[in-house]
Amino acid sequence: MSAERIYIYKRYERFWHWSQALLIIAMMVTGFEVHGSYHLLGFGQAVHWHSLAAWTLLVIWAFTIFWQFTTGEWRQYLPSLQNIPAMIRFYAYGIFKGEHSPYHKTAAQKHNPLQRLTYLALLAVISPLIWGSGLLYLFYAEWGNFGLDKYLSLEWVAVTHTLGAFLITAFFFVHVYLTTTGHTVFAHIKAMITGWEEIEENSKH
Amino acid sequence: MNIHVAMAAVLCLALAPLATHARDIPSVPQAGKAAHSEREATTDHGTLEALKGPFKNGPEVTKACLSCHNTAGHQVMKSIHWTWEAKNPTIDKTLGKKLVANNFCGSILSNESRCTSCHAGYGWTDKNFDFSNQENVDCLACHDTTGTYRKFSTNAGHPLYEDIDSFEPMEGPPGAKSFKAPDLTNIAQHVGPSGRSNCGNCHFNGGGGDAVKHGDLDSSLKNPPKELDVHMAKDGANMVCSDCHTFNSHQPSGSRYAATAKDPHGLDLPRNDHNQATCESCHSSSPHQQARLNMHTGKLACQTCHIPAFARGGVATKTLWDWSTAGKRDANGKPLFIKDDHGHLKYSAAKGDFAYGENVRPEYKWYNGVVHQLTFTDRIDDTKVLELNRVEGSAQDPNARIWPFKVMLGKQAYDTENKTLVVNHVYGDDDTSLWKNYDFSKSIQAGMDYAGLPYSGKFGFIETRMNWFITHMVAPKEKAVPCAECHMRGEQGRLAAITDLYLPGRDRNRWVDLFGTLAIVGAIGGSTVHGLIRILTRRRKENAQ
Repeated sequence: MSAERIYIYKRYERFWHWSQALLIIAMMVTGFEVHGSYHLLGFGQAVHWHSLAAWTLLVIWAFTIFWQFTTGEWRQYLPSLQNIPAMIRFYAYGIFKGEHSPYHKTAAQKHNPLQRLTYLALLAVISPLIWGSGLLYLFYAEWGNFGLDKYLSLEWVAVTHTLGAFLITAFFFVHVYLTTTGHTVFAHIKAMITGWEEIEENSKH
Repeated sequence: MNIHVAMAAVLCLALAPLATHARDIPSVPQAGKAAHSEREATTDHGTLEALKGPFKNGPEVTKACLSCHNTAGHQVMKSIHWTWEAKNPTIDKTLGKKLVANNFCGSILSNESRCTSCHAGYGWTDKNFDFSNQENVDCLACHDTTGTYRKFSTNAGHPLYEDIDSFEPMEGPPGAKSFKAPDLTNIAQHVGPSGRSNCGNCHFNGGGGDAVKHGDLDSSLKNPPKELDVHMAKDGANMVCSDCHTFNSHQPSGSRYAATAKDPHGLDLPRNDHNQATCESCHSSSPHQQARLNMHTGKLACQTCHIPAFARGGVATKTLWDWSTAGKRDANGKPLFIKDDHGHLKYSAAKGDFAYGENVRPEYKWYNGVVHQLTFTDRIDDTKVLELNRVEGSAQDPNARIWPFKVMLGKQAYDTENKTLVVNHVYGDDDTSLWKNYDFSKSIQAGMDYAGLPYSGKFGFIETRMNWFITHMVAPKEKAVPCAECHMRGEQGRLAAITDLYLPGRDRNRWVDLFGTLAIVGAIGGSTVHGLIRILTRRRKENAQ
């Protein structure tokens, strides 16, 4: 079984992924403490680190958006409804039969159709939910100056933020699990670390 | 701490004005050296002809003072320290010690000689006192700098003019003490600006004894450690009461009947009204370096975080006074007095049952400065616990903030027919006073007759509450209430009783939490099941090969 290696995740992309992963984990841990789910750092410290991580991630996102556009990588997130039934069939059935993913990964198309749809949902639904409510939450003291206090209540902003947090946490667990569905258990993670993905020869149709 | 603010600017210029707005932070005002009491005077009163003396009594001293300070008497006579009367502008009611009901001794009416030992005057023995005679103003109570001037507890505002070898208070407990008459001439020659003890001689003894009433005012504040009071500690700001409770023509700033629950003016400048009895007067409305803490100042009084507990100076404050049990006698028929392990009187035949507290965590309530203080003419609802001075406010009220309170528990006499509180004649060397005769039916009748108020002759006891907002004993900032003591779930949270606002860390939406938990459990569970099936099917395939 010979393997072909393709360079799929560029250096910035990998830095973005892992720093984002770290920050999101930090925000999940501190965020649920702020929510009152458990005691770890203490409320004040949890709020402090949560906010600091949020600002850091926003800065990274600013660079990432720039990177996406200059490299044209943003096209990776354009959805396509083609082959979605095949992907669903694979995850629900084929994977247990030892079939290979019907999707053939290339540097130009690194996400399978289900991934594209998922990341688009993440960008279009969960992100605005979290960032919108999160920024309003951070600038609570300024609501009055902008006349927002007439339209907003801290309760709704906080509850929306919590809802977003639950959704991204659920996503996180599924995401981590799906990294194990490569041709070996750690193949995807290895690719995200080195940038190189091994493609099995015989998987080519 | 401000890294995130800097990052905001990097990230998005549109956000920068928002983030930097909150950084307009004044530093903590520095006092200490320039404390009021240490300013050098321009007059040495010891050399003045008018103060040569000798003085036989208080009014003689006053006359001498007025010979130079010829408008001071009239200024004092307009002040609440003299009138014991205050117009409450918010509820349009005349209040003040003269008129209100409390759940300590109840009323000064018919008990004047005892109560007026803290009047800024001489000779208020009964309701016929002449409030227009300026020679009855007591200058020395506030301006003695020797620390030796004392108004005697039962002499209607006069100090002792002769030593007493043996004095036993009418209300007990048994035990006589000797008292020395202060040297009025020496005191008159050493007058100056008021210090902590001048105010404290009365205000630390509110309710009839050290620490009894307020909880945040007691003798420990005469020379407090920094831990207890950052402002008044000698190694802190070394401030005196009047540095905040600024006086204008002898009128003090700061009031319990018309409090400034939220000071929208913030920092005071010399051209302002010289009323500095709010924290904001010196510290502004955004005094913290962390913008996040400044976000709290709209809803929380400074005191709420910065006074973590009251009665912290080692003197216990009274937390409960139950008059209904008064009058018990021991086996010998003598009035009963019982002390607890700390030497505090826990039962007094003259006054009933007491409870005390030290390092007490305050109760928290919304307060917009409006207080509904009851007087003896107000009709009361006796079907529930009676709040003698309900404070107004809610989360929706823009003028209200969450304030800390000492809530005094009481049980006191009321007229069960007319549904009013009653004036109780407790003090007096006569055959009706409670402390002499231990008979409520006589003492209430006498008190109500004296006050000229209708009384049915039938009395009962009603449970009462009184709110005393806590504003002194400000702790060093390191000792401020930690975030998590409010931002926590459960009944132990300091703000557990404040339910009309969303408090992060305490509150949540149950449906969102349920949905979110199911989503996470579903994600983990689904992944696990999927993974297990993969493992099982692979094994089966390997076995088949």
